[in-house]
This record gives sequence, C-alpha cells and structure tokens, in this order.
Amino acid sequence: MTQNAEHVLDHFELFRGPEYQQMLANKKKMFENPRDPAEVERIREWAKTPEYREKNFAREALTVNPAKACQPLGAVFAAVGFEGTIPFVHGSQGCVAYYRSHLSRHFKEPSSCVSSSMTEDAAVFGGLNNMIDGLANTHAMYKPKMIAVSTTCMAEVIGDDLNAFIKTAKEKGSVPEEYDVPFAHTPAFVGSHVTGYDNALKGILEHFWDGKAGTAPKLERQPSEKINFIGGFDGYTVGNTREIKRIFELMGIDYTILADNSDVFDTPTDGEFRMYDGGTTLEDAANAIHAKATISMQQYSTEKTLPFVANHGQEVVAFNHPVGVSATDDFIMALSRISGKEIPEALSVERGRLVDAMADSSAHIHGKKFAIYGDPDLCLGLAAFLLELGAEPTHVLATNGNKAWAEQVQAVFDSSPFGQNCHVYPGKDLWHMRSLLFTEPVDFLIGNTYGKYLERDTGTPLIRIGFPIFDRHHHHRYPVWGYQGGMNVLVRILDKIFDEIDRNTNVPAKTDFSFDIIR
Amino acid sequence: MSLAKTQSVAEIKARNKELIEEVLKVYPEKTAKRRAKHLNVHEAGKSDCGVKSNLKSVPGVMTIRGCAYAGSKGVVWGPIKDMIHISHGPVGCGQYSWAARRNYYIGTTGIDTFVTMQFTSDFQEKDIVFGGDKKLAKIMDEIQELFPLNNGITVQSECPIGLIGDDIEAVSKQKSKEYEGKTIVPVRCEGFRGVSQSLGHHIANDAIRDWVFDKIPADAAPRFEPSPYDVAIIGDYNIGGDAWSSRILLEEMGLRVIAQWSGDGSLAELEATPKAKLNVLHCYRSMNYISRHMEEKYGIPWCEYNFFGPSKIAESLRKIASFFDDKIKEGAERVIAKYQPLMDAVIAKYRPRLEGKTVMLFVGGLRPRHVIGAYEDLGMEVVGTGYEFGHNDDYQRTAQHYVKDGTLIYDDVTGYEFEKFVEKVQPDLVGSGIKEKYVFQKMGVPFRQMHSWDYSGPYHGYDGFAIFARDMDMAINSPIWNKAKAPWKAAPKATLIAAE
Repeated sequence: MTQNAEHVLDHFELFRGPEYQQMLANKKKMFENPRDPAEVERIREWAKTPEYREKNFAREALTVNPAKACQPLGAVFAAVGFEGTIPFVHGSQGCVAYYRSHLSRHFKEPSSCVSSSMTEDAAVFGGLNNMIDGLANTHAMYKPKMIAVSTTCMAEVIGDDLNAFIKTAKEKGSVPEEYDVPFAHTPAFVGSHVTGYDNALKGILEHFWDGKAGTAPKLERQPSEKINFIGGFDGYTVGNTREIKRIFELMGIDYTILADNSDVFDTPTDGEFRMYDGGTTLEDAANAIHAKATISMQQYSTEKTLPFVANHGQEVVAFNHPVGVSATDDFIMALSRISGKEIPEALSVERGRLVDAMADSSAHIHGKKFAIYGDPDLCLGLAAFLLELGAEPTHVLATNGNKAWAEQVQAVFDSSPFGQNCHVYPGKDLWHMRSLLFTEPVDFLIGNTYGKYLERDTGTPLIRIGFPIFDRHHHHRYPVWGYQGGMNVLVRILDKIFDEIDRNTNVPAKTDFSFDIIR
Repeated sequence: MSLAKTQSVAEIKARNKELIEEVLKVYPEKTAKRRAKHLNVHEAGKSDCGVKSNLKSVPGVMTIRGCAYAGSKGVVWGPIKDMIHISHGPVGCGQYSWAARRNYYIGTTGIDTFVTMQFTSDFQEKDIVFGGDKKLAKIMDEIQELFPLNNGITVQSECPIGLIGDDIEAVSKQKSKEYEGKTIVPVRCEGFRGVSQSLGHHIANDAIRDWVFDKIPADAAPRFEPSPYDVAIIGDYNIGGDAWSSRILLEEMGLRVIAQWSGDGSLAELEATPKAKLNVLHCYRSMNYISRHMEEKYGIPWCEYNFFGPSKIAESLRKIASFFDDKIKEGAERVIAKYQPLMDAVIAKYRPRLEGKTVMLFVGGLRPRHVIGAYEDLGMEVVGTGYEFGHNDDYQRTAQHYVKDGTLIYDDVTGYEFEKFVEKVQPDLVGSGIKEKYVFQKMGVPFRQMHSWDYSGPYHGYDGFAIFARDMDMAINSPIWNKAKAPWKAAPKATLIAAE
C-alpha cells in the first residue's frame, strides 16, 4: 500500500505504485484484447509520415479535434456584455449546461444563462409554449433588465420563429410589452462561435436601433463624437477590454464598449454573488447609433454587425486581433484620426517600451518557426506579431477560417521576408495540425489548451494563447492588445523559449555547459 | 460553527419548510406549483424523500441538467477507450464534452485509444437539408483508413439527427458488414429526448444490449479461462482513477475483475461481461438497466456497492463477499483489516478539523447519497441534498439508507433556489459542479466539485478516501475564506459567513 495519511498521494503519484502498475498490466493482458505492441508502434510511426499526412489531408467528411465551437456559445458570450442581461437559449437545455461549463472552465467565473428546455413534445409541436413560460419565469426569477434570446440547432431544424414567438409571449404577458427581448437565430450548423457572437450582437443593436421589433419607432441617428468599440469573441476580454478603456481614457476619447463583458467574467470574491456585473448600459446600446464610428477588434467576429452599423451611417473600422507594435500603431492612429485627438505622449512611451523589450529579446525568437491555430482574427494578429519579431509563422490554421481569411493571412506572409515559407490552412483541424507538426516540424506551437495533446504527441512546446485555456489559470486577466498587451504576449513566448532551453541543457556533466544564468 | 448545529431537528425542519415557501414566492403561480413538488424536508421513516423527480425542467430557469447526448457520449460510451465515438451532428456538443470528465485510461491516444479526442461530423447546413447518412458512411471509411487500430465505432446522435430522420442504424449495419463484422453502434441519444442526461444513460445501455451483447453467439467461448470469482465493475467512470482504486480492493479480496464499465473500459470487456458471476454496480442510476438485463437474460446477479469512505467500503466489501465462498469472505475481512490503520490515520488527522461541519450537495446520479457516508466518517453532516437527474428509486435509497430527519431535499434544483438555500442554511461546504462552483465561492462558501473531484481524485476506495479527506479539509479550512471581507468594511452580514 503506497497511500498514507501524512503525505496523501493523489492521482499524479498513486497509480505509479507497483501494485497499481501490476494490476493495470494484468487488466490489459487478460481482458482488454490489446493490439500487438509491435503493431501499435508501427501505426504510431506511420501516423508521423508524409504518406499519412496525405491521407489525412484527403479527408472530406470526418473532423477530428476541431478548433472551433458552435454559434450559440458566441451568442451567450456577447449577450452577457450588456447591463443586467441574461442570455436565454431557445432549444434543448443540455446545450446551455455546456456553454456555462465551457465559459466557467475558461474564466473560473460563474456563467449565467437559461434555456427554454425543449424536449420531444416541443420537437413535434414547436417550442412556443416553452418560450411563453420560459420568458415569464426568467423575468420573475432573475429580474434581468434584458433577456437576449438565441437558438440551438434543435430550434433551428424545426424552424421556430423567434420574432413571432417573442411577440406572442409578450401578448400572453410573459414580459411587459415594452420589455427588451432582442433575439438572433444562431444555428449550430452554420459558422462557429464567432458567427454566433456576430449574430447576437447585431440582433441586440438591431433591436435598439430599428424599432424594437416593431414596438417602437426606429431611432434617428444624430451624429455625435463618440466612438463605439467591439471586442469580438475574445478569451482575454477581462484584461483586453480594460486595457482598451485605459487607452481611450488616455486619449480623451468619449467611447462606448459594445458587449462589455469584462466585469461579469471578473467579479470579486467578497461574500456576494453578482449574477450581473458591469456591461454596456441599454441606454448606451441604443445611443451607440449616434456614434461617429465603430471599431471592431475582430473582423471575423463582426462580419454582419459591421455592415449593419455602416448602413446606419457610421464609419466602421475592422482590425484582426491586433498584437504587437505595428498593429497597435494602426489601431491608435485610427483612433486618433477618427476622434481628431492627439496621440498622447504616454502612449508613445509605452510604444517605445514595447520596442525596447522586443529589441532586448528578439534575438531569442528571430528565425524560430511557429505553428499557430485558433480563431481567424487571433491567428492573423499573432502571425503579424511573429513576423515583426523575425520569426516564421510556418503553419497558420483556423478550423473556422474561410478562403477570404486564407488570402488575408497570405497577404500577411507576403508582407515580410520571414513569411516566405509559411502556409495557411483554412477549415482544417488539429489532427491535420498533427501531421503538419510531424512532417514539417516547428520550434513552438501557439494555441489553446487542446494543443497539449499535440505537444505530447509531437514534442512541440505549446505556448497557450487563445480560447479556451482550461489548464492554466488567470491568463484572461492580462491583455494581449495594445502595447502592454504585446508585452504580455512577448513575455509568454519568451518564458516558454527559456524554459525549453533550460530543459534541454540541464543534465549535469553532459549538457549543462549551456545552462546559463544570464540570458 | 454554522447555524444548523445550534438548532434542534424541529427547528431545522421548520426553517427548511419556511425556506421552501420563501423561494417559491418568486415564481409565477404555475411554475411555483410545479417546483413545489420537487422541494421537501425529509421526514425520518418515510420510504422516499417526498419529492417528484425525473420530470421536465421548467423553461427559463437555470437548471443544472444536461441532455441525453451528455448521458450517452459524455458518461457511458465516451470512456470506452478502444472505440471511436462520433459526435454526429454540429460541432458544439463534442467540443464542450471533449475530455471534460477526466475518465482516466491507459493507452496510446490516437493510435489504439481515443478517449481524449473529438470526432465529429461537424454538420453544415447542407447536411441538415440533404441528410447526413452519406457523410456518416464516408466518415466511417475515413476512420478505418486513418485509425486502423480502432476496435469499433459508435455514432452518438445530436439533436438534428432524429429531427431530420437520418437512418444511422442502416448506415451502421451496412458498414459493419463491409468491415467484416466490426462493432458499429448507432446510439439515438439526441439531446431533446427525455428530461435530462438520465435517458441518455438508458439509451446507451440499450445500445450495448442490442449492438454488442446480441451480436455474440450464446455458445461463444470467452477469451479467458473462466473462474468462479469473476466479477464486473459496472457504473464506475474512472474519474481521476476511481475505478482503479476500487478494482484493486476487489482483486485483493480474491475476486477477478473481468470488465470495467466504462472508465478505462474496452470493447472486449463489454463483450466479456455476460460471463461474470456477479456484476457489482456503483452508479445505479446510469447502469442499472444493463445490470437488470444481464440478470434476466444471463442470470447474472448484481449488487450495488458504495466505495466512498471506510464505513461504506467495509459494508460493501462484505456485501459483495456474501455472494461468494469463505475464501472471498475471508478476503474481504483481510482487506478491511489491512486498510484499517490507513483509515484510522486519515480520520485521526482530518476529523478534528472537520467535526461538526455541514455540507450541502447537489450532484448527478449517485453522489447525492453515496458520499454522505464518507462525510459522516469525518464527523460531518449533510444538511441538504438533491439529484440533477435522479428517479424515485434514487430518492427511496436516499431516504432509507442515507439522509437524516429534517434534511432539505431539492430535486433538479434551479440556480435561484440553490443560491437562496445556501445563503440561508449557511453550510460549511457546498459540493456540486463547475457551474455552481464560482457562485458559492463568491459568496465566501468553500466548495468542491463533486463531479470531477475538482481535478483531484480518486475518491473511491481506501486510497481515494485519504484524498477525499484531505480535499475537504483544504476546501473548508483554506485561509482564503477569512479574507473574503475587507477589514475596513463593516461587520459582515451574518448570512454571508460560511464558517467561523
């Protein structure tokens, strides 16, 4: 018996004990009908080959380890960015359990969302009654200022009409006639979570700007000096949104953050549970129509929202998850141009500090090869930053990236001599990435938590940037946007590089001549 | 010390009843009427807990429940390690359930083992319009080519599959024939079926019956020489290694575990199970169906057991041994005696820190009752409990063997009710899931995830109890809870303090 009360062994150590090892070996040999170890080894080696890669890339129907989630998750993420708002997902309830778990696992925060709990009878007769009862219950129980409705694949397949359902629910008294119930159809079989973010945000703006689903007059735009800012589906929303607010304030710009979910995913532990915290006020959401311009930090998270906003007479500016010096320069200059405000010295100093840091450290990154995967905008932002550091973003992959995205990434490659041998992979998954890492190895991999399997299989060290990050804590509190955000990304990359150097040089009397104390 | 300890049972009952009345007030009338049936205060001597269960969740409330897909793919089938489980439908369900249940296993992932991978048909609009059967057939071909050492395939249906009328059974049969009898199992676990993940367990069990057991000829010889001591572990998902710390005890008492369901399980073990002399069932809720089937069809008896905490472990070992001869009975006594010093040491160390602390639970199918004994072994008291997806027979077992007079019972609790109950009852610890964890921690109440063991574990068996005790101590007695209120803020409201 290895377990003891004084030093309790948990799963990390317990099962390495001889009695467990013996037990597991017996189980395998006698009862699992295991494959011949030689055959396992042969297939394992084969799965690393160019031949396997070719078969793997010839796949047409199967998806393995995709780097994307479904629309409704994005809708929930956007909806909680409004003051006192609860997302209401019309469809099967299990989906909502999943969205809440997924967000809680990433942010280590509560995630509030309700479902209309449709079951077989709703599949046959439609979910109208679920909507009528559901809205009434949510309104009574959680006293939200707004209920933002989206759908699951189930409600979409049976064709439930949200506009009509919400109208009927209001007629039946579920919520008051004038109560705000914006909605968006977000089928899970179209696009990904970034599409859902886009649809939900557009739905909310449309609600306030275009006459609240026929219950109020459309708003007349009266141009103001304000600037709207949309972060997009962003796992760093807590740190990023706050950093962006700081920049706006430094510049003296009057702004509205649309879908500001930075506080609801970062509530304090002080004896009180806040279901709602922070968020864009409903008044600001309505008044956002008057703004001078709307800036999206992620073009692919706002593909429908931006044209909608532009159609209401505003300038729109889209970025692709800007990381690093030039990308932040472009963002700051756009802010300055649109607002007519000077770029303050403080930001110039911050910029200089990021350049300073890159100059101090880029020798360690220069020429290194990276593989990146994640959401389309994130991939663009990180690829551009790596090129800026003299690194090669060799494989750039987005399961939810399309042809237009691939062309955009190619243009980033083409803008730098370091991009010459880099390739972009739209619509591919992490099993494709595995083949890429075996057949065209790189020095480092950048991606979310799921990349740890790639790290284990291929030996490529993983730098965790993206969504979701389940197995490391608190990354979301640190920005990746702005000059300070660039600094954080730089440090995260460097830490991994130095850890790897140390790991590779730490054998006494063998490799430790390079185990340097100064770098 | 929490309020619960300073009150008599009568006072606690009165308070709990009042609490229930209070939470019901917020609902619209129709909903209050529905929810009232799910809330109660346990009366000692009653045959069940006096609540309705396994009914539809109310729309628009924050239910903690999942769906049939979660019950089948997430719980029953997903951990079978040498088969590839296709999440058939849109991408999301597979993504959110990807490796989230910590079903530990040994194997070469991606080559002969596939548990921590996400295989999906990633349905697009055209698949909804034209149907997904052709795509499914092609997926199976691609699996055969890229993962040649898979021992079987299951098709885990997501919502759209049933709605658009796909014939996954026909595809599975045809492909099985094509691949020389490979086991391919269609599972109709669409998320809209039933009222919770519970139906998914049942559907998954039936799929094993129809597509694994029924394929085996009655006279087929087992792959191993049968022994009189062959048992199968049913309903342990090996969360953090639970099934391993259980299996070792059964083997130490002289039994031979021929199959593990389904944590670290393999298709061969599923197929071997009808040769067992006894099925020992941990999670009654998720696998009683297949246990009953094996009893009826193959005459294999089954018995429930509980491996949480030394009292229940010893009781269970003796119960399991009672199905066998003296050699095994002696073996059970030997195992109990062997681990007694470890248990004494664990209790001596942790009981003084935990004595008198109160717990409120809300978990899945067996833990709302099974872990109560482990808490009691540490001198703790469970003052409220309820099931996400329990049925009436779960509440019967709870009432007859586990809960004390006056315990607050809440079936399919809503987020609102749970928050109010915890705020008023002020337990020293809440044990529930990830969706609840941060709500209560914000309130300053220590919390443990009792689905995933908060990434710790195992909690089953004697080795697991040491970890359980340590974890409860670290949760409750963490110095962080004294820091929840800033010292410059006025004296905190009494209702918000979890413990002294």
